[in-house]
Amino acid sequence: MLLITCPYCQETLPEAEFTYAGEAHIARPADPSSYSDEAWRDFLFVRSNVKGAHFERWRHFHGCGRFFNAVRDTVTDRFLTVYKAGEPKPDLAKLLEDAE
Amino acid sequence: MSQYRVQGKGRVSHGKPVSFSFDGKTVTGLGGDTVASALLAQGTHLMGRSFKYHRPRGVVTAGSEEPNALIGTSRGPGRFEPNTRATMAEIWPGLTATSQNRWPSLEFDIGAVNDRMHKLFPAGFYYKTFMWPKSFWDKVYEPVIRSAAGLGVSPSVEDPDHYASRYLHTDVLIVGGGPAGLAAARSAAEAGAKVTLVDENTEAGGSLLSEPGVEINGQPAWSWLESELASLTALGVTVMTRTTAIGYYHQNMVGLCQRVTDHLAAPQDDQPRERLWRVRAEHVVLAQGALEKPLVFDGNDRPGIVLAGSALTYLNRYGVRVGNAAVVVTSHDSAWFTAFDLAAVGTTINAIVDTREAVREDLLAQAAALGIEVLTGHTVTGTSGRLRVNSIRVNPITGSTVGQGRDIACDCVLMSGGWTPTLHLFSHTKSKLAWDAEGKTFLPAETLEDCQIAGAGRGLWGIEAALVDGAEMGAKAASALGKAAASATYSVASDRTGTGEAQKELPTDKDLTSTRAFVDFQNDVTAKDLRLAVREGMRSIEHVKRYTTNGMATDQGKMSNINGLNIAADALGKPAPEVGLTTFRPPYTPTTFGALCGYHKGAHFDVTRKTPIDPWAEENGAVFEPVAQWRRARYFPNTGEDMDTAVMRECIATRASVGMFDASTLGKIEVVGPDAVEFMNRMYTNPWTKLAPGKCRYGLLLGEDGFIRDDGVIGRLSDDRFHVTTTTGGAARVMDMMEDYLQTEWPDLNVWLTSTTEQWATIALNGPNARKLLEPFVEGLDLSAEAFPHMSNAICTVAGFPARLFRVSFTGELGFEINVPARHGQALWEKLWDAGQQYDICAYGTETMHVLRAEKGYIIVGQDTDGTVTPHDAGISWAIGKKKPDFVGKRSLERPDIVAPGRKQLVGLLTQDGSKLEEGAQIVLDPNQPIPMKMVGHVTSSYESDAVGKPIAFAVIEGGFDKIGETVHIPMPDRTIAATITGTVFYDPAGDRLKM
Repeated sequence: MLLITCPYCQETLPEAEFTYAGEAHIARPADPSSYSDEAWRDFLFVRSNVKGAHFERWRHFHGCGRFFNAVRDTVTDRFLTVYKAGEPKPDLAKLLEDAE
Repeated sequence: MSQYRVQGKGRVSHGKPVSFSFDGKTVTGLGGDTVASALLAQGTHLMGRSFKYHRPRGVVTAGSEEPNALIGTSRGPGRFEPNTRATMAEIWPGLTATSQNRWPSLEFDIGAVNDRMHKLFPAGFYYKTFMWPKSFWDKVYEPVIRSAAGLGVSPSVEDPDHYASRYLHTDVLIVGGGPAGLAAARSAAEAGAKVTLVDENTEAGGSLLSEPGVEINGQPAWSWLESELASLTALGVTVMTRTTAIGYYHQNMVGLCQRVTDHLAAPQDDQPRERLWRVRAEHVVLAQGALEKPLVFDGNDRPGIVLAGSALTYLNRYGVRVGNAAVVVTSHDSAWFTAFDLAAVGTTINAIVDTREAVREDLLAQAAALGIEVLTGHTVTGTSGRLRVNSIRVNPITGSTVGQGRDIACDCVLMSGGWTPTLHLFSHTKSKLAWDAEGKTFLPAETLEDCQIAGAGRGLWGIEAALVDGAEMGAKAASALGKAAASATYSVASDRTGTGEAQKELPTDKDLTSTRAFVDFQNDVTAKDLRLAVREGMRSIEHVKRYTTNGMATDQGKMSNINGLNIAADALGKPAPEVGLTTFRPPYTPTTFGALCGYHKGAHFDVTRKTPIDPWAEENGAVFEPVAQWRRARYFPNTGEDMDTAVMRECIATRASVGMFDASTLGKIEVVGPDAVEFMNRMYTNPWTKLAPGKCRYGLLLGEDGFIRDDGVIGRLSDDRFHVTTTTGGAARVMDMMEDYLQTEWPDLNVWLTSTTEQWATIALNGPNARKLLEPFVEGLDLSAEAFPHMSNAICTVAGFPARLFRVSFTGELGFEINVPARHGQALWEKLWDAGQQYDICAYGTETMHVLRAEKGYIIVGQDTDGTVTPHDAGISWAIGKKKPDFVGKRSLERPDIVAPGRKQLVGLLTQDGSKLEEGAQIVLDPNQPIPMKMVGHVTSSYESDAVGKPIAFAVIEGGFDKIGETVHIPMPDRTIAATITGTVFYDPAGDRLKM
């Protein structure tokens, strides 16, 4: 079981308190009707499925209830960082450097 | 006293005989014995039969890696465990142990005919045989294979024991209580760390228990051990024995299984049989030691052939000689010491056969002094003896030539192919291993865990090396925790260190296609099988493993993996590290389901949510059904009624007068805030702006993909407040989805969401007399049809309780749903029940609710929809606010596949013979088409209906809306049923009864 830090609670807690919520930084467009079929398909279904650092969403479901973002290495299951929803995407190169 | 028990030797209690039964015969061992050591003490090696060939097998090891001596143990009904290793099963007075995988007896086993026919069962035989004729599979092959396969028999009675489950947080967890683990514990504890040390054996000590001759810091090993354990305890170290670390998970979570009562003659009722620990350690030190490898030669599996290190354990720890006349076969120095110790207590060592040309001078000298014949540069090419080895054939090797063989008589063979570091736990978290070319084995390399590996586990050999390394690793662990640590120093005398040379299959003068040199004893995999697998095209070690089943038995290849790898690599002509090792997975040793389940069994297996009215339902004979995590009253049978009869009666009573239904499980979400209406507009398909306070509307929720996710009636209580209801099972999902959009897509909206499902008890009254029944209880509200029409809501008082009253209906009858605070639910129910007697009120359950709603064509999300159904498919496009610029899922309703013709659409079905369809039954257009038929849809709901006068059904059918009136066919096992496609509203299509 992973240990996950909630950026709102500022506490590191067992994975059982959290739920996974898919890839991060896929914002719902302001005007979906302007999207082409292909663009809308990509928004709905196409995900990056990376091997390595993955930007993803988690929810502190059995805690504060907030959704937040994280960068997790899908190979090692290590969290590189967590940050609040709405905060900018962290610089991956710097994160990887820090993780070394 | 048996001739094999050595008086005064070992850690067993010589004055304390303990009797148990093995295959019905009484065996007397000593306190501290395992089943294996007690049987060996009376000269019994034969303890099991092999899996595939039913070959007679003896015990090979003295530990948890044992592949052969698998037994059943029992302490009465339900307390039977198959496949227990005799080497780990401690004896107690009254223990019943049985051998397995043999019939009629261990000594004479009919299944051994497989062994004679072994040429029919090469590696992968099950992929090649049983293929033809196809029809034989179900009726002949599978039943025969099923009854022949497997080892022990599963218990047939429920396990009456209970199992505990605990969490543990510790600074340093040390796995393995041998010298390395003990030294690590001291360093870490002296630095001030909270230390937990676990060991799977009865007592801590590890290799020290088998090496009493060693002196540590001037003290004999066992007295050092005793004082060291006392000192560690005084330092605050927690020592847990009979506790196996079964799995190592990310971020230093380690699973432990502690065996609490299996060794006790009379466990207390309040003791759990086993306790599963979930440990989160700041730091882990793995000090698991090494496992001895067997040598691979023809006939290496006969009873009496034992690993040399295990024979040393039987002698020094249990005081048992494994035989009277031994031949030692080895490629490692360690086996020589077993020979010397056994010679000292009267076992004749007929020869020490070493595959190496050159052996240490001191070993040769000691053998000479003891008068033991030494054959260096020799190989073993065969053994004989059916139920017990009685001779071994050894040949000299000159260069690459195997010379003339010679038979040496013996009653036991002690073999050693060197030692393999135990890296299972280390590998569970995908830590990296590195190939050690010299030792032909893997050693630990990198890990991402906060973990050290100490002693023999990383290839160090000898007690002093283990102590020194353990001390250092314990200090490292403490330093990593920011604690100043020093490593204690150890001086060890009489440390019997050694080296060896790794072997593949031993050279032989025999035709390699006729030899049977076992690599995996438990799964009967030979070196020949591995070579065959490579010849037949297996290249990856993972494929070789699965094709041959090498390493797939309950011992998970503890003894066979490295030998298997070296032999397969040789056959492939590749270096072993390029072939690689198969993946280690938890658990380290077989673990009971009981331990894994812990408290989560019976009523505690899952949560059972009960409504406030549940006690009344129980008292009044309700039959319950689980819905999501709720238990709901399904129907209320009168005496002698079955479900169909009761449901029919409940339906009739409700439509005729009034029925009462506990709808408390409906999900409820309070949506509040200045932007509540905007939020609702964006979430739900329907328009909400113009819905006035005091009015209700059916709400339809889609996923962003355009498919129906949930529905429910939603009441607007005031401009900024909505009372949203959801399906019973969907409540949490809808709340989660709403939160997701609110928090991450529209954080600008000023809205607050609160789950109120459990705060309200909800009672539904339905039927023409519903108003008459309710009216006298309501204060502050005119209930008349004009003042409070269908789809109204109001805050009022009902029977003196504060209430939210909804005029809604899921039955098609005049209906009210009364929400009162949960604590008043049953009181209100009982008042309405009493008052309802004058109208012959009927309590109905979920089954009647299903029938009544189906008669009206109301769908149930999750039953009539399955996650691929759009509003249009379900025939409820009217619920879409067409003028709204956007809502969740709107764009998807224009997706090419969603607007394409031929989608499955929800329609009604009436069978032409008046029979009731099965829910889930598949539908075809032409019943005479060849099999496999083209299935165009399936039945989603099906009920007997009194109101319609015949059974009704819903189905999703491709292009169904254009097929109204057409006939479709539902093939069933015994016949094909014809049905006519209809609309979904079977009763009161104009909705007059709602308007009463």
